[in-house]
Amino acid sequence: MTTFQLNGRTVSVRSPEDSPLLWAIRDELGLKGTKFGCGIGMCGACTVHVEGRATRSCVTAISAVAGADITTIEGLHPAGQHPLQTAWIELQVPQCGYCQSGQIMQAATLLKDYPDPTDQEINAVMAGSLCRCMTYVRIRKAIKLAAARIRLAASQ
Amino acid sequence: MNATLRSRRGFLIVATATGVALGFARRGLAEIELPSSTIAQGGAAELFEPTIWYSIDRTGLVTVNIIRAEMGQHVGTALARIVADELESDWAKVRIAYVDSDPKWGLMVTGGSWSVWQSFPVLSRAGAAGRIALLAEAARLLGVNASSCTARNSTVIARPNSISYGYIVARGDLRRSYTQDELQAMPIKQPAERRLIGRNTTALDVPSKTNGEARYGLDAMVDGMIYARPKVPPTRNDSRVASIDDSAARQVPGYIQSLALDDPSGTAPGWVMVYADSFVAASRAADLLNVTWNSGAAANVSEADLQRHATDLIADPKTGVLVVDDPNVEAAFASAKSTLERTYTTSTVMHFALEPINGLAFEKNGMFEIHTGNQWQSLILPVLAKALGRDEKTIVLRTYLLGGGFGRRLNGDYAVPVALAAKAVGRSVKMVCLRPDDMRFDSPRSPSVQVVRMAFGDGGKVTAMQHHAAAGWPTEVIAPPFMLRNANGVPYDEFSINGADHWYTVGAQRVRAISNDLANRTFRPGWLRSVGPGWTVWAVESFMDEAAHTAGVDPVTFRLQLLDGAGRNAGSAPYAVGGARRQAAVLARAAQKAAWGEALPNDTGLGVATSFGQERDMPTWVACVARVRVDRTSGAVAVEKLTLVVDAGTIVHPDSAQAQVEGASLWGLSMVLHEGSALLNGQPKDTNLDTYTPLRMGDVPDVEVEFLPSTEMPVGLGEPATTVVGPAVANAIFVACGARLRHLPIRPEAVLQALNPRA
Repeated sequence: MTTFQLNGRTVSVRSPEDSPLLWAIRDELGLKGTKFGCGIGMCGACTVHVEGRATRSCVTAISAVAGADITTIEGLHPAGQHPLQTAWIELQVPQCGYCQSGQIMQAATLLKDYPDPTDQEINAVMAGSLCRCMTYVRIRKAIKLAAARIRLAASQ
Repeated sequence: MNATLRSRRGFLIVATATGVALGFARRGLAEIELPSSTIAQGGAAELFEPTIWYSIDRTGLVTVNIIRAEMGQHVGTALARIVADELESDWAKVRIAYVDSDPKWGLMVTGGSWSVWQSFPVLSRAGAAGRIALLAEAARLLGVNASSCTARNSTVIARPNSISYGYIVARGDLRRSYTQDELQAMPIKQPAERRLIGRNTTALDVPSKTNGEARYGLDAMVDGMIYARPKVPPTRNDSRVASIDDSAARQVPGYIQSLALDDPSGTAPGWVMVYADSFVAASRAADLLNVTWNSGAAANVSEADLQRHATDLIADPKTGVLVVDDPNVEAAFASAKSTLERTYTTSTVMHFALEPINGLAFEKNGMFEIHTGNQWQSLILPVLAKALGRDEKTIVLRTYLLGGGFGRRLNGDYAVPVALAAKAVGRSVKMVCLRPDDMRFDSPRSPSVQVVRMAFGDGGKVTAMQHHAAAGWPTEVIAPPFMLRNANGVPYDEFSINGADHWYTVGAQRVRAISNDLANRTFRPGWLRSVGPGWTVWAVESFMDEAAHTAGVDPVTFRLQLLDGAGRNAGSAPYAVGGARRQAAVLARAAQKAAWGEALPNDTGLGVATSFGQERDMPTWVACVARVRVDRTSGAVAVEKLTLVVDAGTIVHPDSAQAQVEGASLWGLSMVLHEGSALLNGQPKDTNLDTYTPLRMGDVPDVEVEFLPSTEMPVGLGEPATTVVGPAVANAIFVACGARLRHLPIRPEAVLQALNPRA
């Protein structure tokens, strides 16, 4: 048994300690918003936050997160109203949508590190998140929109 | 649902089974049926269901049934908007229901950029039928003439009174019967009267895709299911299991067993399924399972063999099918002042839908259920029936969102091993493919070889053109009844040659489509976003540029002169009104937007390409100007901007249309510079993102998209923008640095080679 915090709740999983965190989250804990794409940490669909850092759950062993605080797309905001989520809806970012949980989770850490990200910073941080529908134009716009709103809220 | 309603719904289904085709000339349209008889409920009805396409309940809630796969195009929203606009429904009272497979829906397919084009006539008439019935019944309830009533926002107004649709459903008697002729003559609103079509809204599928709630095939689960991962054989078609040794796999906790699947349908020959009580255990056991196969000739075939065979086929004038065969082609070439011949090639391309193929299958209450994403239910159901040895009526495909379609899931072959895996053990089985499994079982876009020739007469006038294209034919392999026949009755895969039958007036024209039989045997050629136009437009539009430069004419001017709308290029109602002149219009507008002809920095160039989307019968007029900068030292190509202009007729949902063109054009760019694979010993060389490298965020140029305003019939949008980017980029590279590239993908080494041929 491995115990960690998932979206603010203490959970324990039976999966072998060397199993990828992704499948424990999806199949054992039943949170399906985190997706499986490549299995080698190169598409970003499985991105979750571990201690606030964007982490590829498909290549992260359960043993590595014992006691850690983990957030998935379901826990990013209690009502799904994180500024990135509202910007994503407003600009109609998702097409098939399969990668978008990972995109949003990656973008959330981007905005923590770079509250006013340049195009180069967006390119660098989002480079690991593949969107096969190629919604990149709108992802970039939505990141900037959300960043502006977060900055505005912080200044008020 | 109460018994009365159930029986009435039963009546409805019987009634709709006698529905009548609308009699369109094209097969894709003819197979959508408009039920001829309609309304089932009396005064106390819970639902008003004027056709099978939607219902209205006593609260006025409209539920539109969506038979198309939701895979990123927001198709449910677009189709529901068509119904709701004609119905004069309040959009806030509309919801959509994605339906499972059922014969009553007719042809269930989502592909070819067909959905809105196919559904618009049917759904708008269905909406109009409901509106007219509601108006008539409201008039009766209010005791006024129907002509004094107006329907708007789910309400019928007869001043000073008004009653809601819900009230009419609850209190009225909406029983109606329409003949086929009456339905076909349903008055559709004039474009100026539209209130939803052409306006933006939040697509109904978007919010759930931002919070983890959206459910894809991968997310399907049922109590008591076990997991499976396949061992995919070394060749697609001709491998047989020789031995299975699971001595190492048995050490994996949770491992259950491994079985070679027996597939009477021949869809997944040589598959071994590895079962366990978790997916991780199944996956690890599969890694440890030792399977040997006997494979046939395909194991010795690689990309160069396929291309050499294609070249040989083209060189043999007896091969192939003449799709366009004007008289006097030979004579025009014999008497030409000059001729131009060029050869263009494309590599194998992978789908790489981000959701790996997967499925959940089980038998329940006499029905065999398969839960997975699928684009063409009607194609795979009979195959599943054969594989499972049971009546098709006892098999149902449950519907999920697709984690990418792109044509991969038109070919629903993966549902077969899922179903067989469940049948073999008599349990609910969830199969998931790891990415390399998915890639090795992909049906890639075939590599292609094309030879294009043009004859010039006096004054450089184009007098004849030939186009010879050889590639693997997906429709011949996967869906042969869907092939068309040429004038001599010879079948051919129209999806593999569309685009070569272009709208340029070139004198005597010959288009020859050739099936690469070696490709068809070696792997399973697939339909990949745009299919044939993905290579035919590459050849046509690269060639038009070469012809223009050879003739010393500006490439835009050269094309505009040929897009004169003469003869067979005049276009015709209902879908191709205006013909080549509409293509000329998007081309001229794109050139203008991109400042065609203005000076540019060194090593920078503009290139243009234009096409008509997927099919002459459903032309989506599109033009693209690419601005590129070439690094002469490294051969690297930086695409700085794509300018696209599209005329797709009536646009139902503008923001989604824009998104499709954005995504499709970047798909095109990805295939030009970042993708491209190769068959190696019978299988795709690249099996994951370590070597297969689609476009990423930092590779994205400026993308500018404009739709020309139009009230013509709507056509398709999912694919057309993919095809023009490749030739536009290659043509721009030529302008930037003088290197002419004739192979896709374009690699820096090829640019250097073209710049320094003797190096």
